[in-house]
Amino acid sequence: MNFFQYLFDSVHFFLRAALLTVELTAAALIIGTVIGLIFSLMKISRRKPLSYISDVYITVIRGTPLIVQLFVIYFGLASVVDFGSFWSAVIALAIHNGAYIAEIFRAGIQSIDRGQMEAARSLGMNYNLAMRRIILPQVFKRIIPLLGNQFIIGLKDSSMAAFVTVPELFGVSMQLASNHFAELQFYSIAGLYYLALVLLFTLLVNWLERRLQVEKIQ
Amino acid sequence: MIKVHNLNKWFGELQALKDINLEVQEREVVVLIGASGSGKSTLLRCLNFLERPEQGRIEFDGREINPARDDLNLLRQEMGMVFQHFNLFPHMTVLGNVIEGPVMVKKMRREKAVAEALKLLEKVGLADKVDAYPCHLSGGQQQRVAIARSLAMHPRVMLFDEPTSALDPELVGEVLAVMKQLAEEGMTMIVVTHEMGFAHEVADRVIFMDDGQIIEMGTPVQIFERPVHRRTRDFLSKVLWGPVRQPEAMGAAKDFFNTSFTAVM
Repeated sequence: MNFFQYLFDSVHFFLRAALLTVELTAAALIIGTVIGLIFSLMKISRRKPLSYISDVYITVIRGTPLIVQLFVIYFGLASVVDFGSFWSAVIALAIHNGAYIAEIFRAGIQSIDRGQMEAARSLGMNYNLAMRRIILPQVFKRIIPLLGNQFIIGLKDSSMAAFVTVPELFGVSMQLASNHFAELQFYSIAGLYYLALVLLFTLLVNWLERRLQVEKIQ
Repeated sequence: MIKVHNLNKWFGELQALKDINLEVQEREVVVLIGASGSGKSTLLRCLNFLERPEQGRIEFDGREINPARDDLNLLRQEMGMVFQHFNLFPHMTVLGNVIEGPVMVKKMRREKAVAEALKLLEKVGLADKVDAYPCHLSGGQQQRVAIARSLAMHPRVMLFDEPTSALDPELVGEVLAVMKQLAEEGMTMIVVTHEMGFAHEVADRVIFMDDGQIIEMGTPVQIFERPVHRRTRDFLSKVLWGPVRQPEAMGAAKDFFNTSFTAVM
């Protein structure tokens, strides 16, 4: 069988796996973004313990491999709490990406001119309101390219879930490759699906960026 | 209305304000002048606690403000502030900027806030820019929006921190005109500026600061035409060219031209 036959014959397996990859990535990145936002706000907080906790989280998570974090959660915690393979992968990916996203948010917040916070506060807004109404909307707009980049990394890193038995794109390709003794073909096919997903996502980010550009930042 | 007692402020080793004492009456227009680094902006920013003074007391309406205990957000609603770099919210339209404070802080009904905002924008001459974003406005227009945004909170005092210093020269006039109108309507104003013409014309009282201290204060006539202190005279001779007669400056200019002519002839 040649490459294209493998490609067409495996479509229904891979489409189902791609859907799982998208679900896994979406869940992980949504949670990861929330985690990132919370930890970035903690990091810039004037309350030292909060800032310290955030520092520890970012240092530990960025300093250890994703596969280690994944195995700790899936195998290591198995005796304590069993999340199942899918949610173990979601949690590990969320925690992992959250650390990077926290740094993206922090850089974004700190890139906003100090005068914005001062203007908001001088209208009588409290810190939280000024953050929510004035600073963060500007931050989101500014960090979309960076977030997009991190999301692409997250999408590709979701392939690690294969190692905790999630039948997503890479898991399925491993299965098919060994069943058919066709490693080159099936791993290349897996690569193509990832490439397609990344391209689709890039289009989405570009569209979002253009749309928000309408209200240009000074 | 505002009383400042023995205010001291340090930035690290540098003492930015030294024993400042100051009283501002209701409806008074006070203009702070002085070289950059003299502490005038810092003093202004201490009044609404954007900077925390290390020592001293600030009273507002006969009540001492304690930044640790009092709600500074309430105080700041009573004190509008206009910044050198406007600091408009770039993600909101002109109207959005002006109603933001009343709607989000004062919980005013949106329709009411919009109605008031439109009146204010008309007052500063920008009724036709309601739906524009700040990036599409000139500096002078942005600053007038910023003034309207502050006024929307119905402050009892307006603080101006070098409101025209970032503007192209031809745009300064439109902002000063709005400020002058505000002064005529009886708004209490404290203005840090390098616009000596404005100070001379609009101020009830001019304060000259140098090296973190108030060197001299008085009516514009006293400060500009009969300054007592040498440092005031030196400063004025550096910044004044036309509008006000300043004997030393005139003398210096005359000397300069005489020498030049002599040299040429």
